Amino acid sequence: MKARLMQGNEACAEGAIAAGVRFFAGYPITPSTEIAETMARMLPLCGGKFLQMEDEIASMGAILGASLAGVKSMDATSGPGFSLKQELIGYGAVAEIPCVLVNVQRVGPSTGQPTAPSQGDVMQVRWGTHGDHPIIALSPWSVRETYDATVMAVNYSERFRTPVILLMDEIVGHLRERVELPDSVEIYPRRQPKKTRAEGYQPYEPDEDLVPNIADFGKGYHIHVTGLIHDETGFPVGSPEVTEKSIRRLHEKIARVGEEIIHTYEYCMEDAEYAVVAFGGTARTAYETVRRMREQGKKVGMLRLMTIWPFADAAIKRVAKKVKGIVVAELNYGQIVHEVRRAAEGRCEVALCGKYNMKAFEPEEIEEAVKAMMEGGANK
Amino acid sequence: MSEEIKRSYEKYFREHRLPHLWCPGCGNGIAMKAIVMAIEKHPELNKDNTVIISGIGCSSRASGYMDFDTLHTAHGRALPFATGIKLARPDLKVIVITGDGDCTAIGGNHFIHTCRRNHDLTVILFNNNIYGMTGGQTSPMTPKGKKATTTPYGAIAQPLDPSALAKAAGATFVGRSTAYHVQHLASVIEQGLNNHGFAFVEAIVQCPTSYGRKNKLGSPADMMKWMRDNAVMKAAWDKMSDEEKTGEKFPIGVFLDTRAEEYGDMYSKLIDRIGGKNQ
Amino acid sequence: MKGRIILKSERCKGCGICAAFCPKGVLAIDTLGKIEIIKGDECIACGQCELRCPDYAIFVEKEGA
Repeated sequence: MKARLMQGNEACAEGAIAAGVRFFAGYPITPSTEIAETMARMLPLCGGKFLQMEDEIASMGAILGASLAGVKSMDATSGPGFSLKQELIGYGAVAEIPCVLVNVQRVGPSTGQPTAPSQGDVMQVRWGTHGDHPIIALSPWSVRETYDATVMAVNYSERFRTPVILLMDEIVGHLRERVELPDSVEIYPRRQPKKTRAEGYQPYEPDEDLVPNIADFGKGYHIHVTGLIHDETGFPVGSPEVTEKSIRRLHEKIARVGEEIIHTYEYCMEDAEYAVVAFGGTARTAYETVRRMREQGKKVGMLRLMTIWPFADAAIKRVAKKVKGIVVAELNYGQIVHEVRRAAEGRCEVALCGKYNMKAFEPEEIEEAVKAMMEGGANK
Repeated sequence: MSEEIKRSYEKYFREHRLPHLWCPGCGNGIAMKAIVMAIEKHPELNKDNTVIISGIGCSSRASGYMDFDTLHTAHGRALPFATGIKLARPDLKVIVITGDGDCTAIGGNHFIHTCRRNHDLTVILFNNNIYGMTGGQTSPMTPKGKKATTTPYGAIAQPLDPSALAKAAGATFVGRSTAYHVQHLASVIEQGLNNHGFAFVEAIVQCPTSYGRKNKLGSPADMMKWMRDNAVMKAAWDKMSDEEKTGEKFPIGVFLDTRAEEYGDMYSKLIDRIGGKNQ
Repeated sequence: MKGRIILKSERCKGCGICAAFCPKGVLAIDTLGKIEIIKGDECIACGQCELRCPDYAIFVEKEGA
């Protein structure tokens, strides 16, 4: 293990390669471009392929194609590009194609503020593509965790055969930190068919974990893949029963593992009377807020969400039972706060500390929000 | 009347999926037959090393009837998916089936750039001049003056010529034929399959239900007779004067068959050049 | 040359393309909207019907071939 000075976006690219990603298609967009640039340099060195496509949609299509052909694939973008990719994220979800899509968030809507930090895409990540679908989204807070979360995202995408979103923000994407990277990482291998064609192999027959073992293209299985609702054979079926069963299984294959993929971290929560809930780059500031307030003898802690979706209902409930109030700090007009409020079920006060002016939080701003709540004045 | 007979090309169909969903007299079934006839003639192609990718629309339902690894993608996006598959598995033959709306409207940008990069793909565009699946709206390939539900007074813009576009954008093979000229169509596709680069084939097919009915073009057979009467083999077309190229006459045949370095091959060379290890 | 026509009626959609291109008037659409052979003896095995059938529903075998 050698210490290196590295940027969050670079750590993302290196994590992807360590996790076995050998195909990247992308389109330049700030503040995610360094991921594509790093991939363009590194992938051919390890026999992988990088392709800058004609547009954002094409990039998403290309990674889905490469993944179907058995090569682990990734794409990275920011707000406007993320909007353009929405249809094909749904395609990946319903056709059950593993892939990782990185969204380094910037201020929106529309072209917005291209290089300024924001966390305004958390709800788009959940509901951006049309129709009911599951989604996994991870949001790292440091350069080293970006590396680990990228590996985790690749592994989850393979295990659950679903698109996984790495939800970064400009703060973490452009952050440079000293990191020590592991020599190797655990890799979830591509799932393989457990039956031959002669044994009646069906590409969308779910395994015990409700995930199908879809054969890679070019392995002689002659499978059909479509974005239409399909049965276990992979062919479209216009039946209410199959439609209901398919949509239910897509959700349950992820829901059934419950807390296992929901990563949250607590700081100074043992005796906390107030909690700050934060994620990504904002959690770095919130951590400093908590440190300062502890120095002042205030019983404040932090719950950091690394898994954004599925939402950490249990962790929020646990904290809500314990504290008098929760301040949700997020760089937007208020998005995750609604989820926190829902999960808290009225057990404690929940207030938003939102910011949407291109600037990252200052510790004092979050401190003020917590103090306002302590004084009973922040009941928004 | 159920005597068993099976043509050799039928082995490439998923028999349990037939009859297909296309309307009575639709030319798509003929174009799909021409594709499997061409595949059968190619000595190296088989069900295991050939994949069929399609977009969305009437044409793109073809993939579901063909017994290979098949991928029915999203509207306009067949070429990006195909690009990913080809780069991931250069050993696979990748055939794309698309339509005039799918390829030249919503997928137009992908078409230009996939030609430009010159990926080894064989693209067959089923041109029925209309959006059939959604009930007959105008496409970029609806001829001027022809009616559709969204051009009820006739199309006023000039249609797109994807053959000229493919040539200009860097495709290495460009050809055209029709559902009437089945064997010729199969032969053009076969030559496209033999071209190691971006091969584009336009298959003119009749849509009797939407395009034909809207424009009073008669029965499916009448629409095919129009193809017979107006298509001119390229050799003859080239000898025709501009005055003779009037009315609805159009050329068919191979318009371009050349060689240029293929993208995947160039990328493999790049990997070698920088000392990477090819996988 | 004589031909023997084999129909796969379950695939036939009655579009009439085969009948329209038959040079000998061997085929016609029956009352159920499917193709039927009305003058089978006149088939010359030219194969025009099979070639252009969009539904793979009609085949011609050369007699004695």
